[in-house]
Amino acid sequence: MTLPLNRKYLPLVATSVVFLVVFVAAGVMYEGFITLNNFANLLTRGSFVGLCAVGMTFVIIAGGIDLSVGSMVAFSSTVLAWLTEIQGVPAPIAVVLVLALGTLFGLAQGAMIHFYKAPAFIVTLAGMFLLRGLAFVVAPNQAALGVANPTLVKLAEFELPIGFDANLRFGALALVAAVIVAALVLGRTRFGRNVYAVGGSEQSVLLMGLPLARTKLGIYAISGFCAALAGLTLVIETQSGNPSEAVGFELEAIAAVVIGGTLLTGGYGFVAGTLVGVLIRQVIYTIIEYNGRLTVDWAMIVIGALLLVFILLQRFFSQGTAAGRATARRRTAPPPRLAPVPPPAPPARSPARIGADDP
Amino acid sequence: MSAPARRWTPSPVVWPVVALAALLLYNLLFTPNFFDVDIRDGRLYGSLVDVVKNSVPVMIVAIGMTLVIATGGIDISVGAVAAIAGAVAGVLIVTHQAPLWIVLVLPLAAALVCGAFNAGLVTALAIQPIIATLILMVAGRGVARLIVGGSALRFPGKMPSFAYLGSGYFLGLPVRVYVAAGLLVLVLLALRLTPLRLYIQAIGGNAKASRYAGVGVQAVKAVVYVFSGLCAGIAGVILTANIQGADAGTVGINIELDAILAVVIGGTSMNGGRFRLGGSVLGAILIQTMTTTILTKGVPVQYTQLVKALVVVAVILLQSPEFRRQLGGLVPGRAAP
Repeated sequence: MTLPLNRKYLPLVATSVVFLVVFVAAGVMYEGFITLNNFANLLTRGSFVGLCAVGMTFVIIAGGIDLSVGSMVAFSSTVLAWLTEIQGVPAPIAVVLVLALGTLFGLAQGAMIHFYKAPAFIVTLAGMFLLRGLAFVVAPNQAALGVANPTLVKLAEFELPIGFDANLRFGALALVAAVIVAALVLGRTRFGRNVYAVGGSEQSVLLMGLPLARTKLGIYAISGFCAALAGLTLVIETQSGNPSEAVGFELEAIAAVVIGGTLLTGGYGFVAGTLVGVLIRQVIYTIIEYNGRLTVDWAMIVIGALLLVFILLQRFFSQGTAAGRATARRRTAPPPRLAPVPPPAPPARSPARIGADDP
Repeated sequence: MSAPARRWTPSPVVWPVVALAALLLYNLLFTPNFFDVDIRDGRLYGSLVDVVKNSVPVMIVAIGMTLVIATGGIDISVGAVAAIAGAVAGVLIVTHQAPLWIVLVLPLAAALVCGAFNAGLVTALAIQPIIATLILMVAGRGVARLIVGGSALRFPGKMPSFAYLGSGYFLGLPVRVYVAAGLLVLVLLALRLTPLRLYIQAIGGNAKASRYAGVGVQAVKAVVYVFSGLCAGIAGVILTANIQGADAGTVGINIELDAILAVVIGGTSMNGGRFRLGGSVLGAILIQTMTTTILTKGVPVQYTQLVKALVVVAVILLQSPEFRRQLGGLVPGRAAP
């Protein structure tokens, strides 16, 4: 039997193996754990973090980071509940508005990161504060807002039977759809290739004449859209919009992306791996619930440990992958630069002054 | 050269000073009694004292964070480390009835271990700082809860000498202010008496060039991450002593964000290099003044996040050369590029 395995899929395989091991181990420990319905439940319950993680995959492949997704989930869920319940906006319009708002906010963050060369970390950190604050401003009495909109309730009751007594709920469907679309965009479109290129080297992207600005803005817009979609899913699954929901989602999403094999240095990764990463996270949470004696703290510790293990694995794997070879080459002998890279300008000195000093 | 050759460029520390002055002026005009300071039982009371007192935990964390950011890194695990230190202190007091010096030393030792863990990941394994410290940030609060054995451990009145550290007064001022001041002085002395400041700035400027120049890059990086852990531990102990309880869920929550904000407001660039400890201390006070002002206006706590976010956006824009150039084109009298 020949191995049809490309080396570049190795991290993906490793992640899948971990998932299978954990899932089967849970099946051994608990009677009736391995059912298709249980698997479908993993998808549903992992969908909030999962949708954020799908958007985050784009951002991390392109070498960025988006810390605002958790607050975006809370914000969009609150705004959606506010629009449908208090303002009486019809559900379809409210949903479109919320998704557009998420996309636009992501776009704005991308613009600050790209045009003003601000660190992505600090811009999205500000976004995280801003959205969380806005969510509390929107929410009446700063509390969760129950949703009784008939359309949204109907969506919550919707179940797609997939055989073996298993049903896919809205969250699971949204997550699966998002993963498929994201995989197609990353693998089959020009934009997707640009995302990988930006993560590989922004300098090269510019030299090759690829649209750097459009790509960088695009990834943050996608991340904002995905987080808003996660907020919509949250409203549908919990029947409420809650401004204090989804704290720490950004970290869990990043963890899922990394456990899914995406290289944190950018330029390499698969959205399918992210899905597996989300499933691993959800299995761990479910096992801890089944156990009853263990607390949620253990989930956090195990996810932290997994994160550590996978980051270490990345270091070893990356020797073999294309991205890793590039890194290794950079480390041993820096290639001659084709264009001078401008040094990071000290903030106190404006370019106008630097120019004025020249003879 | 049409423009004057040497235009006065304000030091970045000017901005937090201006902002703080504006805030204080606003409070002077619109918040009655904001500047009143009473002396009761030999203690100073008043909004200003509270501002300084409440800014101490963020200030201490920001001192460690400044050095980390100056090397071009980041430490987002400080909140979790503070929770771990607080948890250790709580357990020592409640279940072991440990003497004061142990209650002070062991939590800080735990914080040092956490810092060393981060340092190991960043130096020996060469993981990007944000990711390396993300691990402890994710797992740290879980560890703290396990140490506490639940989410919170309260010990009101159990150890007055420990509580003194959090809420006590010495010579009219809160004890914790002396802790922060002492730490700041020690760090400034260390920076002055050793080449540490030069090394840190060199690494933040260009780590590779520093290595070629013979700077022990790994050792210096390790020192700043361990020190950042220690600062987080001190903040955690103070917070725990203040509420007389080890609350793994809330001690030091969001302190990493406030500390980073304080550092950035204080004029230290997120890209590393030059740093300003005084600016970070000022930044911490500014953040607390902002929070207190908002609270005294009867505005819900959540609005402070909004204001903080807007401040960060403003600071980012002001630090951005591109934005300044655009601004320069708009403001008449300034040389357009």
